[in-house]
Amino acid sequence: MAKWMSVAQVKEKIEENSAEEVTAQYLEVIGKSKINGYITVSEKALEQAKKIDAEGHNGPLAGVPIAIKDNISVVGLPNSCGSKILEGYIPPFNAHVIEKLLAAGAVILGKTNMDEFAMGSSTETSYFGPTANPWDRERVPGGSSGGSAAVVAAGEAPFALGSDTGGSVRCPAAFCGVVGLKPTYGSVSRYGVVAYANSLEQVGPLANNVTDIAVLMDVIAGYDHKDSTSIDSKIEYQKALVEDVKGLKIGVPKEFFGEGIHPDVEKAVWNAIHKCEDLGASWEEVSMPHIKYALASYYIIAMSEASSNLARFDGTRYGYRASGENWHAMVSKTRAEGFGTEVKRRILLGTYALSAGYHDKYYLKALKVRTLVKQDFDRALSKVDVLMAPTMPNPAFKIGEKIEDPLTLYLSDVNTCPINLAGVPSLSVPCGFTDGLPIGLQIMGKPFDEPAVLRAAYTFEQNTDYHTKRPSEVA
Amino acid sequence: MVYENPDGVRIGLEIHIQLNKLKTKMFCGCSTDYHNAAPNTHTCPVCLGLPGALPVLNKKVVEAAIKVGLALEGEIAEETQFHRKNYFYPDLPKGYQITQYDFPIVSNGKIVIEGEDGEHTVGITRAHMEEDPGKLVHIGSIEKSKGVLIDYNRSGVTLIETVTEPDMRSPKEARRFLDKFRNILEYLDVFDGNLEGAMRVDANVSVHWGTRVEVKNISSHKGVERALLYEIMRQKNVIRRGGKVSQETRHFDEGRGVTLSMRTKEEAEDYRYFREPDLMPMRITDWIPAIKETLPELPDAKRARFIEQYGITDMHAKSLTSKIMLADFYEGVCAKGVDPKIAATWTADVFLGELNYRDLAISSYDGEKIGFIHAKDPRIKNSIKVSDMVELVNLFAEGKISDRAAVEVIRTMLDTAEEKTPFQIIEEKGLFKAEDDLVTKAVAETIAENEAAVQDYLGGTEKSLNFLVGQVMKKTKGTADAKTARDLIIKELKG
Repeated sequence: MAKWMSVAQVKEKIEENSAEEVTAQYLEVIGKSKINGYITVSEKALEQAKKIDAEGHNGPLAGVPIAIKDNISVVGLPNSCGSKILEGYIPPFNAHVIEKLLAAGAVILGKTNMDEFAMGSSTETSYFGPTANPWDRERVPGGSSGGSAAVVAAGEAPFALGSDTGGSVRCPAAFCGVVGLKPTYGSVSRYGVVAYANSLEQVGPLANNVTDIAVLMDVIAGYDHKDSTSIDSKIEYQKALVEDVKGLKIGVPKEFFGEGIHPDVEKAVWNAIHKCEDLGASWEEVSMPHIKYALASYYIIAMSEASSNLARFDGTRYGYRASGENWHAMVSKTRAEGFGTEVKRRILLGTYALSAGYHDKYYLKALKVRTLVKQDFDRALSKVDVLMAPTMPNPAFKIGEKIEDPLTLYLSDVNTCPINLAGVPSLSVPCGFTDGLPIGLQIMGKPFDEPAVLRAAYTFEQNTDYHTKRPSEVA
Repeated sequence: MVYENPDGVRIGLEIHIQLNKLKTKMFCGCSTDYHNAAPNTHTCPVCLGLPGALPVLNKKVVEAAIKVGLALEGEIAEETQFHRKNYFYPDLPKGYQITQYDFPIVSNGKIVIEGEDGEHTVGITRAHMEEDPGKLVHIGSIEKSKGVLIDYNRSGVTLIETVTEPDMRSPKEARRFLDKFRNILEYLDVFDGNLEGAMRVDANVSVHWGTRVEVKNISSHKGVERALLYEIMRQKNVIRRGGKVSQETRHFDEGRGVTLSMRTKEEAEDYRYFREPDLMPMRITDWIPAIKETLPELPDAKRARFIEQYGITDMHAKSLTSKIMLADFYEGVCAKGVDPKIAATWTADVFLGELNYRDLAISSYDGEKIGFIHAKDPRIKNSIKVSDMVELVNLFAEGKISDRAAVEVIRTMLDTAEEKTPFQIIEEKGLFKAEDDLVTKAVAETIAENEAAVQDYLGGTEKSLNFLVGQVMKKTKGTADAKTARDLIIKELKG
């Protein structure tokens, strides 16, 4: 069996052999993994595949294996969020997206590694140790959905689910040379996804090609009455896979090519834009003057929401519990021992930003900036169909290189987090290499205009071969 | 008459009421019918705050809150907006409470009460929706507790927090306000005040127009008057001794009837409010006309109508409308063609009086019978049928039973679980008014058998007449009308 298969190829294999055999082969590859991409491998995967074989292959993903980020609830599998504090917690309910996947016949291979509570851009803050980038195991896979991106890149799953709060799907997609989509806010239910920053995040797919992103979106997107922020967009994602960009207007925001960008990244992205031009699209420069404030606004909002979201982890009802002479002592000790450094830092900063006397100065100001950033996107996207820019200003860095310097690490989200402030869709697709490391092209669109984004990405992909390259080291 | 308010008392209330008539919780589908259930059986991922679970606002909650707002003659917000109130406590499963902050659903309402000097208006600053936390159960006493158990059955039940202006001038006015408020809520059919924990009150109180003190944890609305009386006395004493009342939060110890200092202003908590990102604002302006249509007749309007329609006194009308179920019961009785004035006396004075004497609270009315339950022991409950009350009133109105007998019938119906009609009770107990010839016969016998007393009476000893009347009553087993017996004896002896 070829190690890297599209969903269509996996489905062919299943018809030729069986879902059980395909799942077994993926489990075998996972067993030999050198990247620490999974936190938990499901012991029920084979059983599930057998059942699908027995029932006949019904559903659009019948028997197709998938990897799930470890902050998305699956009944019976631990949901660690990459943290010690959720030790022993096994969710009694499925996330809405999991219900949809199971109904479509997907087989859950396991839960993938991530930065603790999705707080990071390198998967190094995980309690379960860092995941290695399959292209260079000394480098990070990006984050926070680093496990999901890495296992797809390494052929340990045909595709995966991640979550994107400030770039957590697109960053690892770019670093690992796979495709990743952050859907429009509200497209995919957040029910059962452990919140880091509710107003910013969406579940998003990671795959080897644009087609599989659309296949997965057709399964997981849609209205969910259990999520009040959910919207029924009625988008048919696979219908958007049209190889044609004639007449497509591309905006190039110069603010995304700022100081410190790697020259090879800049070159690769411009090559991609020119490629689209060759294929019939047109491009123009657009200005988004408030993007420079987006990073600060993003971190204040995300940390503020996080400080509240993570208050429930107090050792009282589930997860890790330290001992203490009374409840308050127990809670303090549980949180001191259960959370890692980065999570504590963000809880403290978020608590500070929301405190009386600072609330207006930081949190309220960040909300105002958010509105301005949204307006920048509205204005830019009123003139063009999509925006194109680098996903990450640099390729994957070395494990340990930035972890002691949180500010530098935060800066790596500079091109991804504005998208979450605006709530618009954004996709990262491979567009080149530098020193053997993948580079990602970021394609952004209007709210609920995933079709335009997918069409641009699909056409670019069909006319280039970056997505066919595999990491030699693990091949 | 104008009330002078000699101590310059100002009282404002913060009242939490559970919308316990709603069948499900505020943000999930869990049933609110948990009062007799085992702990933690009425829970789900949402009200337990499990990671990843999300709240979805129950529309019935919003409708009920709008109803309350309209009944309080307040302004209704154009849209719902929720905030998170962040603090750590074991009964709070998410580490924050979803509540409303700067956009409460109701603002600027009012309730008119019977004040110290006639009608008195108490302003309602705001009323907002929020979720109830769970409940802590201490093993042993609070002071010497060996541990704490947490029951999340209550977690996520809808609360309406109502904040009044400091318009009440005495503990009595505060209690009357609460009585009226509770009455209105029960009319709206959103609230059952008989359930444990249904109403919780905090009071702000100051004397001589001075510094206000917050008194927390008043669990019963009868406790409010006690807590306030104590706190006003305490503040007056502080001032009398030349001290200054300090701004603080005090805790009411219901058992000892005193307030104790909890924390001073400097220790005030910072709740770090921010908009709840999991809930989108919901526009509700369009809902209001339809909800207005469903508003029932409220206590004041009903009272006025009762006076007009049934010709009863203001006192009776007030008493009968003090409980929607009692008002409905009374109207059920009147609908059967009985004399409404007599029915009012027997319902408002006797029936209600006997209920209060027994500590029984009206708990249901289904059109056929009115149910009541013991305030402290819910196992004690009973009911009286409309048809029974009708029968009783008619028997009395027709002069077939004395008022003493009628009272006896009501008492019997309250105290026994047997389903007997008033007629059956009267027969069994022989409570019918004696027939006239029976009384005449008893009078003749009495005169024949009590020669000495007869002579004494004729000789001018009035006391002896009472003795003779007593003998007649004895012979008729109390069924004779005492005045009739007396008249007959006088007529017999003096012509």
